[in-house]
Order: sequence, then C-alpha cells, then structure tokens
Amino acid sequence: MATILGIESTCDETGASVVVDGYDVRSNVVASQVELHAKYRGVVPEIASRAHIENILPVIRESLGQAGRALANVDAIAVAHRPGLIGSLLIGVTAAKTLAWSLGKPLIGIDHVQAHLYSVMLEKNELPPLPAVGLVVSGGHTSLYRVNDWTDIHRLGGTIDDAVGEAYDKVSAILGLGYPGGPIIDKLAAEGDPNAVHFPRTLLGRESLDFSFSGLKTSVLYHVRGVPGKHHKSGVELNEQSRRDIAAGFQAACVDVIVKKLDRAVRKTRSRSVIVGGGVSANRGLRAALKEFRFPVLFPPMPYCTDNAAMSAGLADVLLRAGRTAPLDLDAITYSALT
Amino acid sequence: MTIVTHSVAETEAAAARLAASFRGGEVVALHGELGAGKTQFTRGIVKGLGGDVHAVSSPTFVLLNVYDTGRLKVFHLDAYRVHGAEDFDAIGFAELLEQKGVVVIEWPSRVESLLPPRRIDVKLQTLSPQVRRISVDERTA
Repeated sequence: MATILGIESTCDETGASVVVDGYDVRSNVVASQVELHAKYRGVVPEIASRAHIENILPVIRESLGQAGRALANVDAIAVAHRPGLIGSLLIGVTAAKTLAWSLGKPLIGIDHVQAHLYSVMLEKNELPPLPAVGLVVSGGHTSLYRVNDWTDIHRLGGTIDDAVGEAYDKVSAILGLGYPGGPIIDKLAAEGDPNAVHFPRTLLGRESLDFSFSGLKTSVLYHVRGVPGKHHKSGVELNEQSRRDIAAGFQAACVDVIVKKLDRAVRKTRSRSVIVGGGVSANRGLRAALKEFRFPVLFPPMPYCTDNAAMSAGLADVLLRAGRTAPLDLDAITYSALT
Repeated sequence: MTIVTHSVAETEAAAARLAASFRGGEVVALHGELGAGKTQFTRGIVKGLGGDVHAVSSPTFVLLNVYDTGRLKVFHLDAYRVHGAEDFDAIGFAELLEQKGVVVIEWPSRVESLLPPRRIDVKLQTLSPQVRRISVDERTA
C-alpha cells in the first residue's frame, strides 16, 4: 500500500495531491490562477512561474493537511515534469526533487499527457477494457493515443494547427466573451440551436487521425465579421441569441469531428473502449454525444478533467510498482515522451 | 515585395521560396489577423528548409514550438496571449535570437520593443477566404 504525494505545475495551475494505491484520492488541491490569467487572455509564463513559486508550498502543505499525512508518512514524491511551459515546470520539478532528496524517498517523473489518460482510474479504480483509444483534449493538446496499458501508450495523431481548447478560446474572443472559452461556449451552446448556423467539419481525408480546427475558427470569424473580398457578405449582429446559436453551431462541429475521429481510431486499432482526458473532457456537449458511442467511453470524475496533481500521484503508483523511479537530476522537458 | 496568392498551397509555396535562401539568424515577424494564415506561412518556411510540415502547429497555447529541419532550427513563437515584452522575455526570447536558427513570430506587434531592427516583416492580408496579399519587407537595420 503506497501513499504518494503528487505535484503539478506544467501550465497555469499549481496542484498537490495525496493518493493511496493509485486511485484513492485523499486530497486534491489546486490553486487556480484562472482569475489572474483571465485579465491577460491566457497563460503568461512570467506570471505563471511567479504564481507557482508563491503557491507551491502552501498547496503542498494544504494537501498533506487535508489528507492527514505528515511528509514522513509519504512513500514517494511524483511530479509532472513534461510536457509544459519550461518556467512553470521547473518550479514543481525543483520542489519535488528537494522533497525526495531531503526525505530520502523515491522520486517519480510523470508525463502529464499520460496522467490525463490515467485520470479515468481515480476514485473508481475500474480498468477500462484494453486496448483503448485515448483522447487528450485541452487548451494545449488535441491528440489520439493507443493505450495498451498505462505504461505502453502510442500516439496515433493530433492537431495540425490549433488545439480544440484554443479554438474555444479564440471563438470566445471573436464573440466578445471571456477566458477560458471552454466553459463559456459550452454553457451558451446548451441554450442555442446547433442547426441555426452550419460550420465546416474538417476531417483531413478518409483515413487521417489528425485534427484541424483552424478553418472552423476562421469560419466563425467570417460569419461574425463578414466574408472579405468581392463577394463581400456582411457579418451578423452579436446579440444574446446569435451568440448562443454560433456557440451551438461551433460546438456541434467540434464534437462531430471528435466523435468521427474516435470512431476511426477505434476501428483502425481494433480497440475495446475509449478514454477521454484533459480540460475539454468536462465539456457537456462532448459527454452527451459520446453517451451513444458503440464502445464504452470513460471520462475522469469532474475534478480530474482539468490540470491536477492527483492523476500524477495515481499514475506514479503504477510506475513505482514497476520500479520506474527517476534520478534526482530529473529534467523539466517541454514536450511529451509519447510518440 | 508584394504578391497575391489564391490558395493555402500558394501561400505555403511563397513562404517556402522565401525560406530557401535562409542561412540562420533570420527573424520573421508575421503580421495578420485571426485566420490570415500565419501558421500556414510558417509551415511553408519549414517546408522550404526541408523540414517536416506535419510537426508545425499553432504555438498560441505553448508560446514556443521548435522544429528541427535538419539544416536549421525553426523557433515558432506566438505573442497572442502575451501581455507585454517582459512576459515574452521570460521564455528566453533573447537567447533564441542568438541561436543562429530561424525565429518566426506570430502577433509580433504585441512585443514590438523586443523585435530586432534587422528582420523580415511579412504582412498577410485577407482579400477573400482563399486570396491573400502578402508583403515581404526585409529590413536591413
């Protein structure tokens, strides 16, 4: 029975969590910096690393306090050391290495993308039918994976331009709405008519497992501001109803593309289930559409969709049992190990 | 130099021709609205240098993508989310300029004060959904 302290600082969230046996989440603390970033439309690295420095020790202390554990009773320290923004990653990695060294406990380096896939195991401890197709969708990621088991994961495809979360953020900006765009558009879409405006679905050919959301973003822009050129068509007036309908039409296009790609990936890899992780996995439109999928679709419990440390502490249990600990000179790396 | 392109492929080809003469140390500032084709143009630059165009994606969220084309490294930056020059500097912008690679910057006007005087300004203007006016201005100082 292993108790693992996990640390997360890959992007704009500072998180710490205590997880027992890879699924039993005793605490999951996230110091959200969203308010800070909303002013600046997104992740600003200088602000992010400064905030991580200020947050990291209080967040670790709080997670231990909530779990009722002293540092001495933790069996290992896990940290998401890739992929992410370098300045942000370094704060978590440095904290984790210092703790592991001073306590004489094993250090475990976690790939954040792999942890997003593992997040479906948290609380439920229910292994999906494997092999599975994994989808990680967030502000920075839109990728498909084949998951043979938690340590044997291969990338099948990904976005060739914008990540889906980024498209949500940019559409939110086009509609004159706030950041992050995901929850705002999801909420508006639920009140709009998805058939009022038709936006294109980019599938990149019959067999491709890659994504493209740039054209969809541009279509929304042209719909709102008008189509430039000699066949000039003026835009639409933005009001409550038109915003709802655009949001619904945009979300329907995103969801359609994701469902089609998942279907393709399952067929191509002869998989038995689908795992969805990352911030966009909280999207209600996507969850509703995948309810009728022909294979079981597993989503993480809501608190583990967005960036958190519990998924890293959970996956670390698997790696610890496999003897895959990290040296104390563990590096922060900007890209994922999954290829 | 100003040209007009009529498709994504033509835009990419124009960028590839520009990049063919690159020797390292170039800074390309890509100006243009949402959807003007800035990431597409970058794909052309990577293609022109002999790199893998599939590696190119929008760096809006991650701020920096690095592509190794074999010949030269391409540092693909995006200042869309950046508030001011200090934020951009924090990701090591000054060091990137000294790497003798090719530095490509989307939304450069947000970090105007950091741009070196010797650079290539590329303006992408949307004339119609398919048509772009591309002006390339090589500033020597």
